[in-house]
Amino acid sequence: MALTAIFFYLFATLALASGAMVIVAKNPVHAVLFLILTFFNAAGLFILLGAEFLAMLLVIVYVGAVAVLFLFVVMMLDVDFAELRAGFIKNAPVGLLVGGVVLAELVLLVLARGAAPVTLGLAASPIPMGLTNTEALGQILYTKYVYIFQGAGLVLLVAMVGAIVLTLRHKEGVKRQSIAAQVARGPATAVSMVKVAPGGSKIPEAAKR
Amino acid sequence: MEIGLGHYLTVAACLFTLGMSGIFLNRKNVIIILMSVELMLLAVNINFVAFSHFHADLVGQVFALFVMTVAAAEAAIGLAIIVVYFRNRGSIAVEDINMMKG
Repeated sequence: MALTAIFFYLFATLALASGAMVIVAKNPVHAVLFLILTFFNAAGLFILLGAEFLAMLLVIVYVGAVAVLFLFVVMMLDVDFAELRAGFIKNAPVGLLVGGVVLAELVLLVLARGAAPVTLGLAASPIPMGLTNTEALGQILYTKYVYIFQGAGLVLLVAMVGAIVLTLRHKEGVKRQSIAAQVARGPATAVSMVKVAPGGSKIPEAAKR
Repeated sequence: MEIGLGHYLTVAACLFTLGMSGIFLNRKNVIIILMSVELMLLAVNINFVAFSHFHADLVGQVFALFVMTVAAAEAAIGLAIIVVYFRNRGSIAVEDINMMKG
């Protein structure tokens, strides 16, 4: 149990420290890398909570896809980030004030209410015994919550289509496949008859192209 | 010392606050603002999973899964909008985004 506590404090401290570095880092590339470190530590916290599937999903989806997407965009756009940081000191008081108020509210709420024992109703989907986390999650995700699961898939599909529609652009002067033109092609437009003079092996001028 | 629900909730509250002040501190940089939103969603996910563990109910993890889905979709669309905006205007400063006078 002591080991769990040690790991909890390790992951929590690192997650909070790197989370703070995300918002104060001068270089956005460093900010993205600290965001990745935050995700890794949050995945450690998930493993401590027995949610291995979500921890792996966090590493694969967030670190593997979202954070890399951020890194890609930060490196691709030629932006003067020093100029974008100009208002940092000016905005610091209001940011710290709002952050402090929200943090005080949340922590006071946790201290006042969260520590007290809560009487609960029946669990909607109790964690089954003798199954791994992934199996248990799959058993309810594909049965009880299948419509919501399909909805999540739809959200991802719309996001994919939207991202492509937003960023795709056709360059002028580049040959592209046109399905409609290919389908509309018939004998009248595709075949041309060439008169060949009898007896001669000379290729007529019209066929030389 | 036993690690209880309160510990996880405190970590999540701190992370959420970091994300929130990040939006105020980096008001000019859209990319950092998007990253701060990701931090806040991560804090929400930690809350969901912590409640799921301590109440022995799997629904919290299912919901965290959907939060993750929406966060991924949001990041993809947001970054696509930033790329298109940069292509058109050559800048990603927040105060330049006022063409629609909304």
